[in-house]
Amino acid sequence: MQQHDSAVLKKIMATEAETSCAVRSGAHGDRIFRWLTFLFAAAVLLILGLMIFEMTKESLPAITKFGWGFITGSNWDAVQGDFASLPFLYGSIVSSILAILLATPLSVATALFITEVAPKRVGGMAASLIELLAAIPSVIYGLWGVLVMAPWLQQTVQPWFVEHLGFLPFFSGAPYGVSMMAGVLILAIMIVPIITAISREVLLAVPQSQREAAVALGATKWEMIRIAVLPYGRSGVLGGVILGLGRAIGETMAVTMVIGNTPQISLSLLSPAYTMPSVIANEFAEATNALHSSALMEIGLMLLVVTLIINALARLLIWKVTKGQKGGAA
Amino acid sequence: MLKKISIFALVCLMATVSLASAETLINGAGATFPYPLYSKWFSEYAKIDPSVKFNYQSIGSGGGIKQITAQTVDFGASDKFLSDDELKAAPGKLLHIPTVMGAVVVTYNLPGVPKGLKLNSEDVANIFLGKITKWNDKRIADDNPGVNLPDKAIMVVHRSDGSGTTSIFTDYLSGVNSEWAQKVGKGASVKWPVGLGGKGNEGVAGQIKTTQYTIGYVELAYAFENKLPFATLKNKAGSWVEPSIQSTSAAANAAIKHMPSDYRISLVNQPAKDAYPIVGFTWLLVYQDQKDKLKGKKVAEFLNWSLHKGQKMAAPMLYAPLPESVLKMVEKTIKSIN
Repeated sequence: MQQHDSAVLKKIMATEAETSCAVRSGAHGDRIFRWLTFLFAAAVLLILGLMIFEMTKESLPAITKFGWGFITGSNWDAVQGDFASLPFLYGSIVSSILAILLATPLSVATALFITEVAPKRVGGMAASLIELLAAIPSVIYGLWGVLVMAPWLQQTVQPWFVEHLGFLPFFSGAPYGVSMMAGVLILAIMIVPIITAISREVLLAVPQSQREAAVALGATKWEMIRIAVLPYGRSGVLGGVILGLGRAIGETMAVTMVIGNTPQISLSLLSPAYTMPSVIANEFAEATNALHSSALMEIGLMLLVVTLIINALARLLIWKVTKGQKGGAA
Repeated sequence: MLKKISIFALVCLMATVSLASAETLINGAGATFPYPLYSKWFSEYAKIDPSVKFNYQSIGSGGGIKQITAQTVDFGASDKFLSDDELKAAPGKLLHIPTVMGAVVVTYNLPGVPKGLKLNSEDVANIFLGKITKWNDKRIADDNPGVNLPDKAIMVVHRSDGSGTTSIFTDYLSGVNSEWAQKVGKGASVKWPVGLGGKGNEGVAGQIKTTQYTIGYVELAYAFENKLPFATLKNKAGSWVEPSIQSTSAAANAAIKHMPSDYRISLVNQPAKDAYPIVGFTWLLVYQDQKDKLKGKKVAEFLNWSLHKGQKMAAPMLYAPLPESVLKMVEKTIKSIN
């Protein structure tokens, strides 16, 4: 009996030892996993931090020389060494906001068509085609813009605006084709796929019960969309709009090719403009001296800050809109 | 299994790397303008001397100057020569070796005027200053009797990106017009008084091709290859010259009398009768005292080859070769590299 007991005891101890070994190595694995994932996450933040640090370091000569005048002034002269970024700030912000205003109704309407109105197969095909638009490289948009869209604007669209709406300050001046209008149109075309794709996902996620409830109360199709679907997906659609805005602000090549690259501030949509990414892409490679490079770096830093501010404001907007509202996640 | 495969792959990789490093690798960076020609030179030279391999990155003249000053490359290339301050900042004596020449043409889109519109230097400057605003302005019409100039506004197109082409063109404008020299100046990026910016030669040419009544400037090679109409300009000697390979080389020939030994000279507005006025060298930048003697020897050998065999490949690719007089000077300069 005792032998048997000791044998059993030995067995129990052996299994215990094995189990504690397994638990120990399991705990090891867990720890390594934790540290590794922490390292990767920290690396991403570290890279962002390094970027901000390097850019600030490189822009210090321009910051110390121009101070706040860099943001409020309008003179960009590489030969005289005088730099100021207001025209670029204006160009970036105005072109992005106008592009969003143009693209959002178009995208949301497209998403609604795909999810609510179209038969399933047509909806699926339309969705894939629109996502294809998002895959086209921006240089191709730029080439199409400068070779096809800008001449069309110059010969057909803009003269019409000048003739009929020329008294408004927004449409005054000579039609060049390449202009703020061309930039806004190209940006709108480029961000429509993003907003549409996200809106479509969000609208698909609206529970069928919501739709059925609205219809049961006697709503027409449009009323059903207005009452049940859109409020539910509001925050998600807004999230898509912010993503689109982020792309619009940072878009470089396509905008550079059609916006005319003239640093001026003008209310007219027909006059050429200049954006922050465009000036960096155009002038950085051949920047004539250290101050020029530093000024361009400062514009890059401003672009980063503007992007962060817009994202923060957008997050605030989403939070306000969905406060107390039941709906899909942003 | 996976471990064995990865070890095998690693060994193969190391073998290829060590094999590749058996030859001398010479790195260079700089101007985009001569890049097509340099590419051809490097591939042809590799057939003659397979022990040396060249690697050139066309990051722009500014980048080339920065990298050779920082000594991260063995040679630089630039369409503009270094200023005295930039030369002082280099840790050693930097030599400018001119390789070929480039020219800038004034191109336009004027329906009914295929090519050869005559523009004297004052008119070119005034158009780009925004002072001549109509095509049928008297000043243009006076030089072009019999040409039907339309009563339309001139739309100016310039480069939005910094470039050697802009450097040469603004150098020319500063030389012929004091208001331009004072108000705008010369450089790779300037504050243009009027006009739209196009990115690269292709941006400017694209804008001009698709919009009527525009005027702009592009590189000679680009204009010829894309069959763009170009203006005939009046040079300093008073004769009307068309841009061509010959008239470009003639400008360097004209400057030989006062060619500085470091070749840091602007070739615009040369006083010879057949010289085209908007012309410039493009240079290779090498240190006179090479740290790596073997690399220095190989670079000098390549430069010598480029002076003789290489020059013959320039004209078919629409680059203007150096005239004989300059070739002789450059030979001596190359000998001083050690």
